Amino acid sequence: MRVTVESIGLTAPGMAGWEAAVPVLRGALPLNAADLPPFKPNLLPPNERRRTTALIKLALQTAEDALARSHYAMNELASVFASSEGDGEIVDRICTALNLPGQPVSPIHFHNSVHNAPAGYWAIAAGSRRFSSSLAAGADTFAAGLLEAAGVAVLERMPVLFLAYDYPLPPALAGRGYVDTVFATAMVLTADDGPGMAQLELSLREGSALPPLLGAELDALRVHNPAAAALPLLQVLARGDSGNLALPCQEHLVLHIGVSA
Amino acid sequence: MAFLPLTLSAYSTVSALGHGRAATLAALLHGRSGLRACDYAGADLETWIGRVDGVEDVRLPAALAEFDCRNNRLAALGLESDGFAAAVAAARARHGAARIGVFLGTSTSGIEATERAYCQRGGDSGPLPAGFDYRHTHNTFSLADFTRRYLGLAGPALVISTACSSSAKVFAAASRHIRAGWCDAAVVGGVDSLCLTTLYGFNSLELVSRHPCRPWDAARDGISIGEAAGFALLEREGAGVRLRGYGESSDAYHMSTPHPEGEGALLAMQAALDCAGLAPAQIDYINLHGTATPSNDRAEDRAVTRLFDGGAPCSSTKGWTGHTLGAAGITEAIFCALAIEEGLVPGSLNTEVLDPALSAPIVRATRRQDVRTAMSNSFGFGGSNCALIFGRAT
Repeated sequence: MRVTVESIGLTAPGMAGWEAAVPVLRGALPLNAADLPPFKPNLLPPNERRRTTALIKLALQTAEDALARSHYAMNELASVFASSEGDGEIVDRICTALNLPGQPVSPIHFHNSVHNAPAGYWAIAAGSRRFSSSLAAGADTFAAGLLEAAGVAVLERMPVLFLAYDYPLPPALAGRGYVDTVFATAMVLTADDGPGMAQLELSLREGSALPPLLGAELDALRVHNPAAAALPLLQVLARGDSGNLALPCQEHLVLHIGVSA
Repeated sequence: MAFLPLTLSAYSTVSALGHGRAATLAALLHGRSGLRACDYAGADLETWIGRVDGVEDVRLPAALAEFDCRNNRLAALGLESDGFAAAVAAARARHGAARIGVFLGTSTSGIEATERAYCQRGGDSGPLPAGFDYRHTHNTFSLADFTRRYLGLAGPALVISTACSSSAKVFAAASRHIRAGWCDAAVVGGVDSLCLTTLYGFNSLELVSRHPCRPWDAARDGISIGEAAGFALLEREGAGVRLRGYGESSDAYHMSTPHPEGEGALLAMQAALDCAGLAPAQIDYINLHGTATPSNDRAEDRAVTRLFDGGAPCSSTKGWTGHTLGAAGITEAIFCALAIEEGLVPGSLNTEVLDPALSAPIVRATRRQDVRTAMSNSFGFGGSNCALIFGRAT
């Protein structure tokens, strides 16, 4: 299956936006992992921004970064939101409230607790009534999300905003899940051969693979956030290279990505 | 790679109506609701729930002990019902383990395990119990991870979690994966289990009824929360009920309230009809989402009335099972499959006085009727909508 990557967004320590990330991914600048500005997505009005969580803001800000270089109107885009953990902050708040007298669960926390809360805020802000899905696939959430997003772009014939994003679990749950650092990436994918950064030829085959090595700093991100499984692909795209990648996918499968610049 | 119908070559259901299709059918035919006054441990709420008997007694295989939680115990009940695991084992021999995908829906996964861990904390900043395994119980992927290991499958696996449309959307994802060539068959379905989060959460939004829920009734005042597990094996070939089409849309309106005119619902139903190549008049039965909140039923009624113009008999089965949230899509897909196979339309249990402001033609009592095609609606928080169409093998 072949899809075009029209534009990319990225939010990670030392890579606050795709344009800032490109020289880091090319190896021209070091990764300053201490540098991660607060999330301020303009898609949310300020009063709504206050009611949402870091995870929701991370997802929307990363979407905005990709949309800044996309020629599609937001309401033309379908969406696939892939997050392995969902919102640990909300889980922590609800489970804490359930152990207080009267179980005072906040209605806002409860409606933000659904895995598709970021997708819901996105659809409202974008005015998009098109397809939207939210999924999780453990350590292989990026690969699973990319396959579903490409499938929607090609088989449903609509441009897709694909997001892979995860935010660290709160202190009570830290170390018990898949995520210990911040990482989010967005890609606008289309089935058209029109202008774009690169074409991806995707195939899923039986076998096993080790993730390509990226260097110590980027590998550390990849190990601590399933969305950062995107890094080998993002590095090829940042360099404007062509090439073939093999990403591990659920133990017995390999996602092969042929990149044509 | 246009849409091709897929056969449900096996399927299973476990809900408050009972374990398996025979128990479900018997309850439908005898008018026996699965709802009871809330007796879920720790929930001090005046409401009715659709609790599945026997979940507490399930023991998972020793090799999968790390997955132990209410949600995966309920999943195991579903996998062992109606010969489902055995049917998948036969399919595995035909297709190969890596060629069968696993696409499941859940809303809250094994959150009950986290609720209990927080309860056991010493004070509200103490550490959680060392034995608490968040990754294998509560994490959203847990259900698909558990299920693929239980069934010995190695194809693509994911969980769709879009609130109450989750286990409807898995049919569409499986269809795309099969058409793309990433797998040849798929286990689809969903499981959601009772927990304090949804009971108190829906209560905080004032969406929980103090009575057994009453879809489309003039006095309807909220949902009854239920739990369920359901699975279906989808293959290109074979005899049986077929998935004829799907439609997915977003409301883009509000996080927890549907668009008042049901715009997103209408888009999903129209997309499903287009996918199936069917006209509205060719749908013989609609299983409504029908949660029994005033605004949900009103919005769905607007959408159904605009599209079908009073044509297709409709019912909500929430009065039988309660609202099983992330498992509602599969549970009601299976009601549609039973309607087609058994030739019946399930009644809209607890609908006593139809709301005169609503106009969809509601079937009140379960009746025998030939059903060739049936549509199932599922709509969730975040404005996530999915409609599925099932039909007879042609």
